[in-house]
Amino acid sequence: MASNSRISREEVARIAALARITLGDDELTHLSGQIDGILDAVAVVQEAAGADVPAMSHPLDISNVTRPDVILPSLTPEDALSGAPASEEARFRVPQILGEEA
Amino acid sequence: MSDLIKKSAAELAKLIADGEVSSREVTQAHLDQISKTDSIIHAFLHVDGEGALAQADAADKKRTSESSPLNGVPLALKDVLTQKGIPTTCGSKILEGWRPPYDSTVVTKLKDAGVVILGKTNMDEFAMGSSTENSAYGPTRNPWDIERIPGGSGGGSAAALAAMQAPLAIGTDTGGSIRQPAAVTGTVGVKPTYGGVSRYGLVAFSSSLDQAGPCARTVLDTALLHQVIAGYDPKDATSINAPVPDVVAAAKRADVKGMKIGVVKELSGDGYEKGVAERFAESLALLEAQGAEIIEVSCPNFKFALGAYYLIAPSEASSNLARFDAMRYGLRIGDDGSKSAEEVMSLTREVGFGPEVKRRIILGTYALSAGYYDAFYGSAQKVRTLITRDFASAYSKVDVLVSPTTPTVAFKIGEKSDDPVAMYLSDVATIPVNLAGVASMSLPAGLSDGLPVGFQIIAPTMKDDRLYQVGGALERELHKKWNGPLTNQIPELVVR
Repeated sequence: MASNSRISREEVARIAALARITLGDDELTHLSGQIDGILDAVAVVQEAAGADVPAMSHPLDISNVTRPDVILPSLTPEDALSGAPASEEARFRVPQILGEEA
Repeated sequence: MSDLIKKSAAELAKLIADGEVSSREVTQAHLDQISKTDSIIHAFLHVDGEGALAQADAADKKRTSESSPLNGVPLALKDVLTQKGIPTTCGSKILEGWRPPYDSTVVTKLKDAGVVILGKTNMDEFAMGSSTENSAYGPTRNPWDIERIPGGSGGGSAAALAAMQAPLAIGTDTGGSIRQPAAVTGTVGVKPTYGGVSRYGLVAFSSSLDQAGPCARTVLDTALLHQVIAGYDPKDATSINAPVPDVVAAAKRADVKGMKIGVVKELSGDGYEKGVAERFAESLALLEAQGAEIIEVSCPNFKFALGAYYLIAPSEASSNLARFDAMRYGLRIGDDGSKSAEEVMSLTREVGFGPEVKRRIILGTYALSAGYYDAFYGSAQKVRTLITRDFASAYSKVDVLVSPTTPTVAFKIGEKSDDPVAMYLSDVATIPVNLAGVASMSLPAGLSDGLPVGFQIIAPTMKDDRLYQVGGALERELHKKWNGPLTNQIPELVVR
């Protein structure tokens, strides 16, 4: 990769790990080059606005939306679990999360 | 070819309401067309023939002179909206086989209106793309030329309309995913004002940009569908609590006399094909002849829109797609008892996501990460303000803005599939709309070397009726020239 690249292969690997995506060597190399090219193309935004321009996160001028605290029908446990890869005793069954012996 | 499948939704609804034909016959005719043509077009990921016929029978029973204006008319649903019990994949392997336990609000409204849902249409994975080539289930082909893309991400919905597989379709538009497919297939598509149609049950890609909308072959059909799906929904915190503009009346009125129409200077010139520019200029002349005043308007910050979009959309996507964690639904890979939840998650996402989705998640994670946030995501959010100001300034001078929908006609399948930056340029004219949340339509303006060209209209927030007023007027003049909708000129599909 060119020395003036915006993002290194190692950095892409670190970000992919943060995003919980395993990448093979070839895929990492290919993606790194492409992401570098995309960053080059989008960096134009850095020249657009001065410090006086406010950031905009959303097209609507709305604040928190609430409703009365009334119980409404919702999914049954069966419905909620209907797409689960694994379930047990009306709960999602997941792989170990704390690193103890399986 | 059955005559029924060439008819508009408005015509079919009237025939059904008058008892001239049953919804079952109409639905069967479209199912037949799907089985005849979809091995080539591949517009559908799932066809629910049995369910559709049951809905058709219910619509036939419900039929009265008072029934809803689309009662019994079939529709193709983009596979990013949930329909209870029907597979919903978003074009991704990670959701293969998932059957949602609830209906999206759009689907609830369609069912209440007696609209018959034929099945789920193909799309770029999680709506990320401009060609449907990013679908994990293979690309959709453009009925005008099956070597070419039907646009994306909603290429399946647009191709289904052009292939006469359905008279109505639902799309979603984050940066152009309704309008660009409409443009390259010679159909009509509308991205309503952000907040105009509920996002409840729309699998989120970029929550501040995503908007579901109506697609059809005529402006009036699009308006009829818009009226059915729009309106306030307490289940969507970003739904606008205000009356839906009367889009059907506007489509019927179709009068531009005295209207001020602004041509966006920045959405022309370099990169816009000659045939696209010519059809656009001819359309402007037709509107002018109808009494509209044409004014050139400058939106200087639009040149930053593409850059801002490809930071904001991936950033939001990186957060939204974190829900595909192999724990509660969808694919799970590598759970052999020896691996941690985190390892299973990472392996599942490696296998379950395609290259474009990975690119965008990684790009978005980067743009939001410490040390880069201000330079990338923060700068993009400021551009969003500048673009919204450009629109406000333009609308102080004109009633609507117009431009070509896309710089080029449909490109060949494979031509840009491994060049993300070139692919992203397909949306250069549609993206500013999503960043500001305003309403926009693409309708056919004619052909360039036998391929459709789209004309884009952009209206201010909650003035969606103006899209139909202008679109209806332009369509009326063009249909006189073409002797009907442009899609009637599609070459007969040769089933090899």
